[in-house]
Amino acid sequence: MRHVIRRILFYICAVWVAITLDFFIPRLAPGDPVAAIVGKMSLKGYVSPEMKQTLAATFGLDTHDPLWVQYFKYLGNLFHGNLGNSIQYFPTPVAQIIGQDIWWSIMLGGVAVILGFIIGCFLGIIVAWKRGSAVDAVLSPAMNFLSAIPYFWLALLSLYLFSYLLNWFPLSGGYDSANIDPGWTFDFISSVIQHAFLPALTLVVASLAGWMLTMRNSMITTLSEDYVLMAKAKGLSDRRVMFWYAARNAVLPNITGFAIAIGAIVGGQLLTEMVFSYPGIGYALLQAVNQQDYAMLQSIFLIITLAVLGANFLADMLYVFLDPRVRQERSA
Amino acid sequence: MKIQEVNSPASAVPVALLPDDPLHTRFLNVLLAIWRAMTSSRRVAVGSAIVGFFILIGLIGPFFMPYNPNATSHLFITPPSPTHWLGTTVVGEDIFSQLIYGTRTSVFWGLGTGIMVTLLSVVVGLIGGYFGGWIDDVLTLLTNVSLVLPALPLAIVLAAYFPRGPLTISFVIVFTNWAWQARVLRSQTLSMRSREFVTAARMSGESSLRIIFHEIFPNEIGLVVAGFVSTTIYVVLTWAALEFLGLGDGTIPSWGSLLYWAQQAGALGGGLWWWFIPPGACIAILGAGLSLINFGIDEIADPRLRIERPANVEKHKKAVKLEKAQRNGDALLPL
Repeated sequence: MRHVIRRILFYICAVWVAITLDFFIPRLAPGDPVAAIVGKMSLKGYVSPEMKQTLAATFGLDTHDPLWVQYFKYLGNLFHGNLGNSIQYFPTPVAQIIGQDIWWSIMLGGVAVILGFIIGCFLGIIVAWKRGSAVDAVLSPAMNFLSAIPYFWLALLSLYLFSYLLNWFPLSGGYDSANIDPGWTFDFISSVIQHAFLPALTLVVASLAGWMLTMRNSMITTLSEDYVLMAKAKGLSDRRVMFWYAARNAVLPNITGFAIAIGAIVGGQLLTEMVFSYPGIGYALLQAVNQQDYAMLQSIFLIITLAVLGANFLADMLYVFLDPRVRQERSA
Repeated sequence: MKIQEVNSPASAVPVALLPDDPLHTRFLNVLLAIWRAMTSSRRVAVGSAIVGFFILIGLIGPFFMPYNPNATSHLFITPPSPTHWLGTTVVGEDIFSQLIYGTRTSVFWGLGTGIMVTLLSVVVGLIGGYFGGWIDDVLTLLTNVSLVLPALPLAIVLAAYFPRGPLTISFVIVFTNWAWQARVLRSQTLSMRSREFVTAARMSGESSLRIIFHEIFPNEIGLVVAGFVSTTIYVVLTWAALEFLGLGDGTIPSWGSLLYWAQQAGALGGGLWWWFIPPGACIAILGAGLSLINFGIDEIADPRLRIERPANVEKHKKAVKLEKAQRNGDALLPL
């Protein structure tokens, strides 16, 4: 129980650090950001006084309050879910835009993470069981190479190959927005699947190596345990020993990884969404960077961080539940 | 995946270190051990050759570039030809020259940033692990908080606020990635602290900093090298990703900025494969070289992870059979 309380305190501390970072980063930035942005924006079109004020508020330059008063005002706004207004979609509140985009990310990332986890773990189990065989000798180095490929390049290549050359998949977007209206119709859903297929595939392929190699290493350690030998000696079938004796214990490090990956899907597909112009939260973050929409930028960072922290916390608790050694605090 | 790295650190890289030896002898021993590690495993040898090749290109390549990488010409979007080996961009820049110059930028900023990350984590890890007490508590808390904050989004937000350029990217990467190695080094230092040679050094009145960096640090050099290699892989990939997202200085040719401009010019939809395939391939090959070194180090450290060739097993069986046959033969010999 002491362990659990310590973890909770730790995560409260981490959330506080994230929120504080979010507050201080724009205030530490060199120069006068508002003037710089207004200058750039007035090249593109008219900048209304309201927009200037929003910008100044983002940087905390609209008041003469001391920094600590600004800080507590900022905290108060956060607790009320008031994340400020977007500049690129002025004056839509940031929270509303994020609320729309986040579902695209969660759907795409969720499917990809679950598939990658299942396939990767399964491959890892097989490769470890047949260690030294042709499967192992081919798959393990191949996966090592795969994990060194920059993900966004893999995405670019597959987009070029499957969408541009072969024309199997659309080049961009989340659905065919020109011809289909969103709704629970067959056309819309099939269009969404068609658009999500290639991004999801690249995500699965890119994450496969990590799951597989972790599983292989942990499985190899487990296979040399006495209880596995005992199970074999009892004459249990290979499949039973492999899955119910060895893999069940070896999967532990991957379970934590899985919980963390689930948290990371909120913001983890920045590069995927950029390459495929997929309308999720990562794409929104990049647009915010390019359009210098700072309120949006900070809010997205905060949402992503909170999701990741939440998932990490969940992973920690899961570990306490799954591994009795942690509960009894034998391993610090 | 990183969790696993922490669980099985490459601490057992065989480095023969006797604390009595003078410092330069110890240093030579370390170099010798690195050389032995490089040549003993085929993976490490291949990986080192790849990394060495890129370093060489980065050092001398720019002196042999066929064109000025930033010079535009009237030859827009030409596919690869004998005059332009990798074709040209939409404003007629020679992509081969840009790639060569970009190798210098990407490799050296990547290695340099890798060194900076490693230095920071060595300082934090060793000081925390050695001193213990409240210093360790504070540093461990910082490390753990930094570990749970998402690195790439934080890097993007930071880079968005500061002036574009390699220094910003370098700083942002150092700031978001030092924690993994610091944690590994801290736990290693913690176990090193109670060894006899440290106690002896303390008894003989050496200062704490001297003990940390002259006595303990040389014993963790294997771990530091392994950490440096895996960090550098991550740095090179993150660097390219940040530049690809437009957070770098687009006027300096590098692998990432080549990809950025290719993306901006719609090279993908236009079928200009010669623009975005070479820089990505360079990143992938350099990354593969570094991870070959890394897996080699891991295998030296943990023999269980090696892929055993079935051929060896057979040879072994044959040898056993032969031995048995001989023994039987011996037994059959008339006394």
